[in-house]
Amino acid sequence: MLRTAFVALGLAVGVSAVLAQANPIAERRDTMKAVGAATRDGAAMAKGEAPFDAAKAQAVFKAYGDAARKMPGLYPDTAKTGGETTAAPKIWEDQAGFKAAFAKFEGDAGKGAAATDLAGFRTAFGDATKNCGGCHETYRIKK
Amino acid sequence: MRRLLITLLVFIALGVAGFFVFTDPRVVSPGAAVGTLPAPDIENGKLLFAAGGCASCHATPGQDDKTRLGGGLVLDSPFGKFHVPNISPHTRDGIGNWGTADFIQAMTAGVSPSGQHYYPAFPYTSYRLMPPKAVADLLAYIRTLPSVEGRAPGHELGFPYNIRRAVGGWKLLFFDGTPFKADPSKSEEWNRGAYLVNGPGHCAECHSSRNQFGAIVQAMRFAGGPDPEGKGWVPNITQAEGGLGKWSKSEIAELLKSGFTPSFDSVGGTMSAVVRNMAQLSDADRLAMAEYLKSLPAVQGPPRPQKAAGG
Repeated sequence: MLRTAFVALGLAVGVSAVLAQANPIAERRDTMKAVGAATRDGAAMAKGEAPFDAAKAQAVFKAYGDAARKMPGLYPDTAKTGGETTAAPKIWEDQAGFKAAFAKFEGDAGKGAAATDLAGFRTAFGDATKNCGGCHETYRIKK
Repeated sequence: MRRLLITLLVFIALGVAGFFVFTDPRVVSPGAAVGTLPAPDIENGKLLFAAGGCASCHATPGQDDKTRLGGGLVLDSPFGKFHVPNISPHTRDGIGNWGTADFIQAMTAGVSPSGQHYYPAFPYTSYRLMPPKAVADLLAYIRTLPSVEGRAPGHELGFPYNIRRAVGGWKLLFFDGTPFKADPSKSEEWNRGAYLVNGPGHCAECHSSRNQFGAIVQAMRFAGGPDPEGKGWVPNITQAEGGLGKWSKSEIAELLKSGFTPSFDSVGGTMSAVVRNMAQLSDADRLAMAEYLKSLPAVQGPPRPQKAAGG
């Protein structure tokens, strides 16, 4: 009985992993949406529209770091086109540069972990979000 | 029979003569009369340099210093490849020898100092709205930038686009050479925005679709269309449903400053460079542009091609 349960569990995990891999275009869109949502929270604090909250600030940088680690693996050769993707062919022509851009984003997000006050947050947030436009300029087509 | 032949020859000769007269740069786009201008304002020139996005095309690709205007960027178009020229103050390879009147003629009439037409890949079609004083300020700023050696190769265009003279005919059909006129019924802010968007900002040059001669389809101005430089789709920036209809004025100004859309997506492609340029303007100027854009009636652009099926 227990063994059956384990097998079923193992199968379920395996299947969901396959499902997750099956639609990298949707997955990278969701990942980027999470980045956008984090940026919304961050921007509100940076502009003083929302009070500074150290825990929220950390959540912003954590979301960035998670996305930066996850994203480079979501561009297999089988997911160059399709859906409503705006991925530029340049991603596959320049994998090294593409991965380096995410490594830099991850690094800048990591620096945010040290920010404990609003001034430090603003600097780190500004540096981290500079990565958005820089990467989109090269690796995304217009939509 | 012989008489018919002669008549035909006369008509051909008249046609050729007509082509030469009506495509002559001096006839099609006579240079603006430039009176005496006050001393140039270099700071204003710097602002216009940013608003005009000059460096985005004229800075040599692959260098961090965007003030080295050696040219060399290749603009792919349906008509062929345009090689962006050197506009640094270099006296041989750039525009170091140009007088103010030469620069004004280039910017507002699309005619070179040697009297040749420029292709409208250079958006003098928009820059022509800038008054002579503003253009002179811009030149004064460019003269403070580094002098860069070297020339870009000539354009690689297919027939008949490789005949520069033919641009004269294009100008007759499509080029409006009048300067900006403020609309007294609108606010000062709106007029400032209209000037920045249509003039130096030349937003319509990308955010509009073009006809088979490469001229903007005025009925669908600002309504987006296929990216003239390659893959993708340029968004509609009128008040249409899929355009900026749901955006607030401050959201538009924010995009021009930080590149973030209201849903905190970050714009990419060539708009990234536009944002870098517009970020150098004042908040007041970005809000003015937004004020103007919010006043554009909703216009539907050309239909987007069917989305490719998944996979």
